[in-house]
Amino acid sequence: MMDFGPLWLSAQLALVTTAILIILGAPLAWWLSQTRSRWQPVVQAIVAMPIVLPPTVLGFYLLIVLGPNGAIGSWWVKLTGDTLTFSFTGLVIASCIYSLPFAVQPMQNAFESLSKRNLEAAWTLGASKLDAFFSVAVPLSIRGFVSAIVLAFAHTLGEFGVVLMVGGNIPGETRVVSIAIYDHVETLDYASAHQLSLALIVFAFVTLFSMFLINRRWQAR
Amino acid sequence: MSIVELKYSIQKGDFHLAVDTEIPTTGITGIFGESGSGKTTLLRCIAGLERSEGGSSQPVHQRRIGYVFQEPQLFAHLSVRKNIEFGMRRNPDASDRTDEVSRLLEVNELLGRSVADLSGGEAQRVSIARVLCQSPQLILMDEPLSALDERRRNEVLPYLDRLHEELSVPIIYVSHNIDEICRLSDHLIVLDNGKVVAEGDLQTMLARIDLPQLGGRNAGAVLNATQSRYDDEFDLTLFGFSGGEIWVPGRHDSSRTRLRIRASDISLSRSPAESSTILNILPATIEAIAAETTSAELVRLSLGDDCLVARITRRSLQRLELQVGDKVYAQIKSVTVRR
Repeated sequence: MMDFGPLWLSAQLALVTTAILIILGAPLAWWLSQTRSRWQPVVQAIVAMPIVLPPTVLGFYLLIVLGPNGAIGSWWVKLTGDTLTFSFTGLVIASCIYSLPFAVQPMQNAFESLSKRNLEAAWTLGASKLDAFFSVAVPLSIRGFVSAIVLAFAHTLGEFGVVLMVGGNIPGETRVVSIAIYDHVETLDYASAHQLSLALIVFAFVTLFSMFLINRRWQAR
Repeated sequence: MSIVELKYSIQKGDFHLAVDTEIPTTGITGIFGESGSGKTTLLRCIAGLERSEGGSSQPVHQRRIGYVFQEPQLFAHLSVRKNIEFGMRRNPDASDRTDEVSRLLEVNELLGRSVADLSGGEAQRVSIARVLCQSPQLILMDEPLSALDERRRNEVLPYLDRLHEELSVPIIYVSHNIDEICRLSDHLIVLDNGKVVAEGDLQTMLARIDLPQLGGRNAGAVLNATQSRYDDEFDLTLFGFSGGEIWVPGRHDSSRTRLRIRASDISLSRSPAESSTILNILPATIEAIAAETTSAELVRLSLGDDCLVARITRRSLQRLELQVGDKVYAQIKSVTVRR
């Protein structure tokens, strides 16, 4: 019998992370696409860092910051009495940072390809900047949003190094699918490792295939 | 007659726009100038898309100023109907004018279509309808026909004529095309290098021979004329104006219209030419003469209360010894009717 626990936990983590990244990432992507501030390249570089950094580096510093003596971790302990490291909440924070560029960049690209005049038309027609963002910019960037959702979700699902560093291997709390596979291999339980791995392969293919299919349909329209 | 004040000043790199003028609250004010003269910048200042010194700090979306861009700028994710309703839904005071506007611009059969299926001319009509439905207090049009080819342009122009006749809201129409300006505007502002060079009502402005911006291929006057009869034997229409009568080829049914006569289409003679092929030969008085180039002179002629502008060579001017106050005959080779 296949152990669905890690799969379900991974799905939950990916879902929550993706939701947070879309909600917080969209305004950030909008700012990056519209601003003429000289800080733009700085912020842009910081956002892109998780792409090039080894997950262990990211995980190491997150462990320190989120740990009971870290800047955020100690504050969290005072607030809730729990530690952030080795908890699901800690994993969500870590995943949000780890997957940030995969959500922000597609949205930013979509926003950048919008015509400035089109937005100005919306403003002159009586739409406030916020109204124009939701009623014109977002719907016209819908493909960027789909890419952001798929990539953030899939990338979070596949994360390993960061989780290992900040989350450990607590069943039902931080034992996500990639950790479980690693664990099964360590204990030479190849059958279980195969089951989970194949499930991930199928899932990855189906998601990416659907995304490209949707994009193609929209292109044809 | 009440007025709208235009007072804007803005520095963009080397370019400085400084405009301080007033326009009438009725009819169409044309803003004419070469590209780079600051026409679009001025419109953007009025709309609030560009921050100008001393300009209002009111946000763009609260200004209730309609803006028709060069490209239609329709929203691709919305149907034609939703596009047209976009501004109306956002203006709490706007009454539902969709029916009236749809009739005016004949966009009814387009309402259900997707924006991608519209031709260039149709799309621009929809974008004008969208602006009218938001019930603006002022409409800005930034070369709305310049992105269209000749045929599409002629498709849209009659609708602009209609707006001119039926709307009470003031329109500022920016163009570098003198024919569009002559056809549509009542008041004219000439802009050059960010400054207002001259302004006034269209006819007076076009009768001026001292403005290089209105010289060259742009030189020529307009007449307000009344249709008096149609000659079906030769397919000609006779129009009357304060200074006489003019025959125009073809049938023209509108009772009142504007006739445009280019300076290069008028030649002058001391005596009425007998046995000439030119149909329209009118007696006129020379009111002013100005050198245009080293070889050409512009001559302003008065005919009744109206004026015409003729271009002649400096050589002919000397040979005929033409002077201000002289009686001459204007031989008009070609006339364009507004519609």
